[in-house]
Parts: sequence; C-alpha cells; structure tokens
Amino acid sequence: MNYFLTDEQKMIQELAEQIAREKIRPVRAQLDEAEEFPTEILKILAQSDLFGVCIPEEYGGLGGGIFENCLAVEQLARACIGVATSYAASGLGAYPILLYGSEAQKAAYLPDIAAGKRLAAFAVTESGAGSDVTAIRTTAVKDGDFYVLNGTKQWITNGGEADIYSVLAVTDKTKGPRGASFFIVEKGDPGFSFGKKEKKLGIRASATRELVFQDCRIPKDRLIAREGMGFIIAMKTFDKSRPGIGALGVGLAQGALDVAVEYARKRIQFGKPIITFQAIQHKLADMAIKTEAARALIYAAARHLDTDPPDAGKVAAMCKVFASDTAMEVTTEAVQVLGGYGYMRDYPVEKMFRDAKILQIYEGTNEIQRNIIGQELNKEYGRMKDTFF
Amino acid sequence: MKIVVCIKQVPDAKNVRIDPHTHTLVRQGVESIINPFDLFAVEAALRLKDRHGAHVTVMTMGPPQAEEALRDVLSRGVDDAVLLSDRAFAGADTWATATALAAAIRKLGDVSLVFCGKQAVDGDTAQVGPELATLLDIPYATFVKQVELEDEGHLRVVRKTDEGTEVWRLPLPALVTVLRDVGDPRLPSVKHKMRAKKATVPVWSAADVGLPEDRVGLKGSFTQVVRLFSPPKRADRWMLEGPVADQVEKLYQYLKEAKVPGL
Amino acid sequence: MKALIDLEKCTACGVCQDVCPVGAISVPETHAVVSDDCTLCGMCVDTCEFQAIRLPDVGAGVVSDAAAYRGVWAFAEWRRGTVHRVSYELLSAARRLADKKGVECAAVLLGENLSSAAEELLRYGADVVYVVDHPALKDFTDEAYSRCLVELVRDKKPEILLAGATSMGRSFIPRVAAMLQTGLTADCTDLDISEDGLLLQTRPAFGGNVMATIICPYGRPQMATVRPRVMRPEIQPRNGRIQRVALPEDVFRTRVQVLEVIPEEDTTARLSEAEVIISGGRGLQKAENFRMVEELARLFKGAVGASRSAVEEGWAPVSHQVGQTGQTVSPTLYMAIGISGAIQHIVGMQGSKIIVAVNKDPEAPIFDVATCGVVADLFEFVPAFIERVKRAG
Repeated sequence: MNYFLTDEQKMIQELAEQIAREKIRPVRAQLDEAEEFPTEILKILAQSDLFGVCIPEEYGGLGGGIFENCLAVEQLARACIGVATSYAASGLGAYPILLYGSEAQKAAYLPDIAAGKRLAAFAVTESGAGSDVTAIRTTAVKDGDFYVLNGTKQWITNGGEADIYSVLAVTDKTKGPRGASFFIVEKGDPGFSFGKKEKKLGIRASATRELVFQDCRIPKDRLIAREGMGFIIAMKTFDKSRPGIGALGVGLAQGALDVAVEYARKRIQFGKPIITFQAIQHKLADMAIKTEAARALIYAAARHLDTDPPDAGKVAAMCKVFASDTAMEVTTEAVQVLGGYGYMRDYPVEKMFRDAKILQIYEGTNEIQRNIIGQELNKEYGRMKDTFF
Repeated sequence: MKIVVCIKQVPDAKNVRIDPHTHTLVRQGVESIINPFDLFAVEAALRLKDRHGAHVTVMTMGPPQAEEALRDVLSRGVDDAVLLSDRAFAGADTWATATALAAAIRKLGDVSLVFCGKQAVDGDTAQVGPELATLLDIPYATFVKQVELEDEGHLRVVRKTDEGTEVWRLPLPALVTVLRDVGDPRLPSVKHKMRAKKATVPVWSAADVGLPEDRVGLKGSFTQVVRLFSPPKRADRWMLEGPVADQVEKLYQYLKEAKVPGL
Repeated sequence: MKALIDLEKCTACGVCQDVCPVGAISVPETHAVVSDDCTLCGMCVDTCEFQAIRLPDVGAGVVSDAAAYRGVWAFAEWRRGTVHRVSYELLSAARRLADKKGVECAAVLLGENLSSAAEELLRYGADVVYVVDHPALKDFTDEAYSRCLVELVRDKKPEILLAGATSMGRSFIPRVAAMLQTGLTADCTDLDISEDGLLLQTRPAFGGNVMATIICPYGRPQMATVRPRVMRPEIQPRNGRIQRVALPEDVFRTRVQVLEVIPEEDTTARLSEAEVIISGGRGLQKAENFRMVEELARLFKGAVGASRSAVEEGWAPVSHQVGQTGQTVSPTLYMAIGISGAIQHIVGMQGSKIIVAVNKDPEAPIFDVATCGVVADLFEFVPAFIERVKRAG
C-alpha cells in the first residue's frame, strides 16, 4: 500500500531494509543460537545515521519523529526483533533526556546517542515492580552535590552493553507516585554494576541484565527535570516508544508472512504447491490482512502522535496491543503453514514465533495497555456533554 | 588530498544469456549492479578519507543510466561524482576506456590517488587499472589488499601475488587496484543518501575531456569482437539411465574401469 | 606524459597552439611548450608541417608498418630462480601459431642470474630466446619489466606476443600494451590464426556466459594473455639460439620501491595439482550440504572444488574456486555436483580427462561438456554414491 512517505522517510525505510537484508538476515540465526549481542550490526546502524532518527538535527540527529522511528524499526524487525529491540531500546533510553533533559544534558548525551557512539538504556522494572511501576524500591538520596543510588533494576534491555542509563528511583517515599525521579547513570559510575545476562525464550540477540546500584554516587546534575517528575517522564516516554513496539510487531509479522508465502509457493504436497490449497490460502490471507491493518494503524497513529495530541496514551497503547497481538498470531500461523519444517531451526519462523511473545509483555503488558485504553475511554466519555445516543 | 575512484556498472552476470538461435546476447530485463570489486575500491578510498581527510570523487564511463551507480556510491560518503557519457564512448575496449578515464582525471587536476577494483566481473580483464596508470604516467600497484598513507607523498601497499605477498612503497600520485581484503564496503547513511539525491552529477562528453571522437569508443579501440558463440557440445558423453541405485553402480564401475586414482 | 617537441625542428610558428583542443601548447619564444593539460590527443602532431611534434609512448593510434612485424613471442615468466610452467605452455602455443604462419618463434626471459633457464626454453620449441639478465629484475616491478619488454618489442617487432595470465602477467602486460599502443585480450582459452593472418583470440565474455573471438586488426604486436593450464606444454627441441640483450640503464629505473617479498605456500596448488576434484555448486542449497562434496573428495583422496556461486554463498573459500575467475584445472576426474555449468565455470575445467556431472536438470549446460552425465536428485544420488565408494573399501 502507498502510505505517501516523503523522500526522507523513504530513504530511512530503504536503508533500514537494506541493512536488515544484507547484514542482519544472514546472521540472525547465529546470533540467536549463540545469544550474542549484535555489536557489529549496531556499528553499521550507527554509521548509517539511524540512531539519530528521532533526535533533533541540532544534536546531530535526523530530526524525525515517532513515525520515522517506526519506519526504521519495522524494517529491522522484519529480519530480527532481537537486533531491532537492541536498537529501539537505545531510543527508549534517550527519550527521558530528549523530552525533559536540560540543555546541558541534551548537549552532553544526545549527540553521542544520535551518532551511535554510545548506546542508551531505560531502567524502570524491578523484581517487585513490573506492571505496578509505583512499587519500585530503588532509592536516590541527595548528599550535597551528589545523589546516592541504592537498589536493583531487573530485565533491563541493553544492560551492560549501554553506556547511558535513564534510571527511575524513589527520591521521596512519602510522596507516593510524586516521589520518584529520573537520573542519568553512566557505565563506570562508582557503585554501579551489572548482574548476569538473562537466558530468554526469544530475542536472544538482545542483552537483558540486572543493574545493581550500591551506594552509587552521581553528580546532582544527573537528575532529569525536577525531583518528583519520575512517573510523568516514564509515562510520556512510553507514549513515544509504544508505537515503536507496534512497529516491531508489524515488521516481525511481515517477516513471518514473507517466509510463509515463499515456502507455500515452493512446497509440493499431493503433487501441487501447497499455496494452491484454500486451507493455506486462507491462513495466508488472514496473516496478510492483520499485518497490513497493524501497519496502517501504526503509521496513522505515529503521524498523529507526532502532533503531541491529548489522547497520546490511549493511541500509543492501541498500537502496542494490536501489533504485538498480530505478530503473535501471524508467527504462530507461519509455523503452522511450514508444518514440521516450521518447528525446526532450519527455518526462521521457529525463532520468529519465540521472539513474538515478548512483544505482548515488555513496555507494559498488553493487559496494562488495555487498562490504559479502557480508563481513557471512561474519562473521554465522561467529559462529553452530549452522548451520541 | 584528492582521490578518484573509478567504478563500472555491470550487468548482474547470472542472468545474461545468449539466444541459441540468433546468437545474440539477451540482456533485456537484466539488472545492473556496481562491479563488486569497485565497491571495495570505494571503501579503500573512504577509509583513507576517514583517517587522513581527503576529497573523494567517483567516476564512471557509461550510458546515462550509470548515474544511478554514482548516486549509490555518493550515498556511501563519497564527496562528488563525474559521469563520462557520450555516444562516442560506446564500444570502448579497455584501452579506449582507459583513454577516456585518463583524460577526465587530468581534467579534474591535481589527483593524488586513483583507486580501481582489481577487475570487473563482466569482462574479468583487469586491464583498465594498469592501462590508466600508464596513460597518466603514474606508478601503480595491482591486487592490493592493504593501503596505508605513509607520509604526504608516499603510499605503502601490501600486494597479493601468486607466490605470497609483497610490500611496496609508491610515490604519489599513484594508482592502486584493490582486492576484497581492503574491507567490507560500508552501507549508505541517511544523511549521505539525502545529499546524493540532491547532488548534481556532471556529465562529461568526449569533447568535454578534450578527446576527438576517433580516440574513444569503438573507433579508439584496438580490439574488436568478431564472433560470439556458445561452446560446442561434447559428442562422446554417456548419460546414465535408470533408478538412482543403478546410476550409482554404473558410475562406480565406469570410474573403476577408467582407473581413476583413489578408487 | 605529454606531446614531445623536437627543439631542433620546431620553428615556433604557433600552428599547434591554435589546434590544441585543451590549450596545452604555448609558444613563448624559440619553440612550443606543452603543459600538463595535454591529453595526448595527437591533434598537433598531424598539423605540424615540420614534423617537430610526436607523442610519447602512448596515443599515436594505428601502426602503419604492420607488415614489418614478424614472429610469435611468448613471455617466459621467471620467478626467483625457476621458470613458471605457464611459460612452457605458452611457448608450445606460440610454436603452433608460428608454424601456421611460417615465422620464427621466440621466448623472452627477464630476470637475474638466468643461466640454465634459457636452455630449457629451447626444448619447448623456441627458435630464439631473448634474455635480459639484470640485478634490477630480481624483484618484479611493473615499470622495469614493462620497459624491458617494450624495448625488445620495439627493436625486434614481433607480430604476436603471448603472456601468462598470472598475478605478474595480469599486472604488467596491460602496461606493455598501453606503452606499445596496441590491443590486449586477457585470459584467452583458444588461440588461432585467421585466413588473413590475424590472431584469433577466444575467451569467455559477458560474465562468462558466452565465448567471444576477438581480433586486434591494427595494433602490433597482437597481445594476449592465457591462464596457466589452459594450453598443453609440448617438448619439441630445436636448434634454437640464446641471445643476450643489453639494455640502457634507464630502462631498469622504477618509481616503485619493493620493501618486502614474503613467499607463502601457494594455497591454490592443492587444487591445480590434484588428480581428482570433486566440485560443488548452487544446487547444494546450503553450506551443510557442501560437506557431502568434501566427504567424497576425501574418499578419492582428491581436492574440493567450487563454482563461483558456491564461493559467493560462502560455502567454500575462494582458493577452491574453479573457473574463469578462479583456477583452471585439468585433473583425471572432475566431478561436478549441483553445478549448472556457466561458461565461466566450464572454461576452468573442460580440459579434465573424465568429467562427471550430477544435476537434476537434464538441460543443464554442464552436461554438454560431461563425459558421463547423471540426471538425478543429488541429495539421493550423492549419499548413495558415497556409500558405494565406502563399501569398496
């Protein structure tokens, strides 16, 4: 379908597609098997300017928005969402600085992130704080010109690999949701270390680790915005990043559809290519419909979100839910189309199927997303003076 | 330092066929690609640029469509491009090609270093590089796997030969033809892609580079093709029939009787 | 390099200044001066009525005295004490061409301390071996080797010059051709003489999908390179003579400095010397399946070959590539598994004694050169064949 992209958007899309095809596709199975972080590929992405997609031009970026980010992420995800997640997580880590950082913070960190010289990560989740973000226990206590952080973050994407971490910590326990704040922590800061690399079902090319803060002293100017802004920053960041998770889903679904259709055209059973059987045709048709619908939603939503609308939370959540559910469904069906071959590691759909699951879980489970949408609907309709009926 | 990289657009060789009846080449629908070795030449130039700073110009001789190849290379970070395109260039052999490239490089002026791929995959002659250097009257090194700028005026190269490797020192200006060992070609970047799209690529004709028509193209070539053909079939071949088990046995006995070593 | 002015003859008339298309000629006082802008186009040469302008080594166009060129030469490649086998192959081919034309056949040997090497060349059919023995030729450099050969050619005027398409030949022979301003055809697989006496040079063209026969009607000598093992060396001793040639010192001057020569074991030798080669191509579909080829090669104690596409896919290293861009081989048995047989591959192995082709497609061109063809699914045939060979012990 023609989504009326500008020349620049087309270039971003083409380049990400080229990298996916030439550089990621040939190594994805090996990265998955070896659970190896894609350092070389991230270097290529850096050289191609893609880390700067949504960073303003004055900081060396391309000055794009959520939509441009989605275009890049989608193409990378078509080859491997393990790699694409590592890429996207750097953008996620950058958003708190980009949205709320001081001029000095932006100047200090964004150019390196845009150039791909330093990778970023976003650290909120803890063992006791998953969907319930307010349950975080990592603390940051002011000590003169420093903050001292204590606590452990769990399942942090790019943990250990990234140089710059946006970390959420409680600065005032008494204030509840208004008592958390975001800090920039750098790899090498005293008292900051990493736990072991997690063993995962899918996206094995991405690195997931614990971040451990033991009397980690950081200068006070590492605080993003003001104390107490933590949850607001987190929510605003998710509004920007969740369409990207949707784009991961669209790319993954497209990648699975690509394999399934190509396979069905070649696989002969009962003397005919299996794509000539309606049972297979209908599966492929449904996969294609869902994938295109997800893409249409993500593209429209991303363009809408780039105008900073008041309903950002709801729309971003819709993107995340719909496209990740689509990816799960399409990859499941792709394995079915390939049958026994699909279950074997010789074909990429086995990996895609394992990879898809995380999309329904991370950056807010799909249950949480539906809560957000439901609550927003309630509020929206409550504000209406007249109802339609 | 001014560097020129010469590239060639070649048909994607896998798809070229000869029509068995007319004995003419069937090239319709065959996509063009940049000669793979030339992308290594581009990479070698860009690596020198990364390390020492340089102005890199990419050049090709070809039909107007060859501009596409130049834009591709521009999007990888090359500074500018020149397209040598003129009907008079058509039919050039390696000599006439080198003649045109040499004239264009002279026109650019003050070029310190010329990079070429070791050979083009359509012709596989590996002649244009050495011929070009000879025409420019500059020293050259072929089959180079490593290039370093030793000082302002000298290049140190490692060559691969049939017997091993050689380390040479060349005074600049010089020409180098490279192997894939110089490093994987980088992909484009978004910023370079945007620049490449907007860039104007000057098109130079034979007259623009000061060459009369009888020195370029077919007229300026020494060699000419007089016949194209598919090789003849072998008359004495034996096709093994039957199910696989029979074929296996027949082949085994055939090779045994022929006293093939190792059996 | 630019047009040369004979100061004796130049009258500073200024005609050349007006015809120069690039404005490279000025006439300050007593004679014309050519700047670096000269493109060697030769416009000025023809217009000078005093014959005061000539072009240097390059750029004059067609030789007018083609008839003055006689004889067929082969360049003998000396590599640190030994003569490369391609030299004997070329010399045998040169002998054949010379006989056909009824002219002399010569070899040119360049190097240092060349005592016995020249004698050996006489055994392969040379009427004369021209020897340039000079310390500057110890290490190969394009410039010194080209100048020597060019000087000899200018002096003796052979009509045909053959050289090996080795790393040495492919490097400096194009320079020789450019300096002599003549045509050069690389990697010929067949050489013959036409009815009107021209050298017919046949080689694969257009990515190795067709054969092309090429002529060089005006340039002299007609030059061609031939890859090792394409021609057959034949011993045919003659009462030939060895002629040592002394050249002026400036011929040996070179701008390039050879800092280091590091000999390495020739990784290609295992393939080109093998009696049995089992080769795999795209039909194997993936890297793992290439193991079948390797296993079969082990059973025959032979070498593993690969088509260009198999190498491009990364299934085999480039040193195993057979064909126009890889190596030319001529083993007793060449078995092509899953190779369709593009001409570029075929020219690299068609000299093999027995060629067995295994391919699913009965129309595959590989069957055109096979002595024995097996139309079968290689995934069924090859494992079964491996078992059969194993069973034999």
